[in-house]
Amino acid sequence: MMASITASVYTSHVPAIGAALDLGKSGDDYWKPLFAGYEPSKAWFKDNTPDVIFLVYNDHATAFSLDMIPTFAIGCAAEYQPADEGWGPRPVPVVKGHPQLAAHIAHSVIQDDFDLTIVNRMDVDHGLTVPLSLVCGQVQQWPCAVIPFAVNVVQYPVPSGRRCFNLGRAIRKAVALYDEPLKVQIWGTGGMSHQLQGPRAGLINREWDNRFLDRLIAEPEALADLPHLEYVQEAGSEGIELVMWLIARGAMSDRPPRVAHRFYHVPASNTAVGHLILENSQ
Amino acid sequence: MALDKPYKSIPGTTIFDAEQARRGYHLNQFCMSLMKAQNRERFKANERAYLDEWPMSEDQKLAVLARDLNRCIELGGNIYFLAKIGATDGRSFQFMAASMTGMTQEEYARMMLQGGRVPGSPLRDPREKR
Repeated sequence: MMASITASVYTSHVPAIGAALDLGKSGDDYWKPLFAGYEPSKAWFKDNTPDVIFLVYNDHATAFSLDMIPTFAIGCAAEYQPADEGWGPRPVPVVKGHPQLAAHIAHSVIQDDFDLTIVNRMDVDHGLTVPLSLVCGQVQQWPCAVIPFAVNVVQYPVPSGRRCFNLGRAIRKAVALYDEPLKVQIWGTGGMSHQLQGPRAGLINREWDNRFLDRLIAEPEALADLPHLEYVQEAGSEGIELVMWLIARGAMSDRPPRVAHRFYHVPASNTAVGHLILENSQ
Repeated sequence: MALDKPYKSIPGTTIFDAEQARRGYHLNQFCMSLMKAQNRERFKANERAYLDEWPMSEDQKLAVLARDLNRCIELGGNIYFLAKIGATDGRSFQFMAASMTGMTQEEYARMMLQGGRVPGSPLRDPREKR
């Protein structure tokens, strides 16, 4: 029996969501509708806990300064500490990795011409821990191993949607070649529309975001051709994070997925929150 | 042959590309240094003296002292790095975002609650007179 990708999860990773949870504000009127949208996800996750989450996210000037900017970095370490992003580390569990599977995927994907950076020591910021908190809840230990996969979406040019989608396919192939019956989920995080800088800060594009969700479900192959310029124009300068969702989508089967959950909410701080759970049909 | 940079024409938006990153390297690394509590204390004790330890341009230093984030971005700053100045000041991200839009924090927060900035709506640079 080999490993397989069973499902993919997509979610925004707004830092203020982590702060709301950590400061006990999740019941506030402002936050209640947001967390209500993740209740079905927590229930789904309890019934569908994988062995490993392959978690695609971006670092926000935390582990990577401008000294080094890897386009794709795979975490091969045994564990990762939650980072101090300037106000103390989030009070969440240490993230346990899966070095064997991570090294296997790195080997396979690099041989498929995706030149990954191997990371053996790295702290993980809200980009990784907020999605875990949203879907796994406030727990003493994360319920499974996590392979962090960091994508540069901070300094242009960031990888294209097409490259991300094809990378997802290479990850799918790598997982299927792993000789142990592990259930693996792949998560794509970041987005949706938001702009954090300049006179256009605060941009939200509800219609565009929902079209993106529709297309991610139904026609990801065509969606992968969307140029960077459209993300920035329509979803804001930080909306470009959405290319990371295409890595997760590319790792799914070519057959239509089952939509286990879909949610959209505005605002979380400066950002539109989108969330999808897609299952591979058996 | 010039590189293709179609994003230069998006209003109210500066894309942090390799050229901006080169211009802003020391400015952004100064911001990065504020992740350490001890550096935050030294910066707060004497901002100018702390900035003078970095090989930044005078314009970059003045923009930081004035907390003019739009100017910092023009000069190569990136918002994820600049956010560390706001964190040092004890300011929320919405405060920083509002400061770039010519809105008060209250006006900005209200706009977000009402669904955010509508695409294509008019922009205001806070450096222009209201």
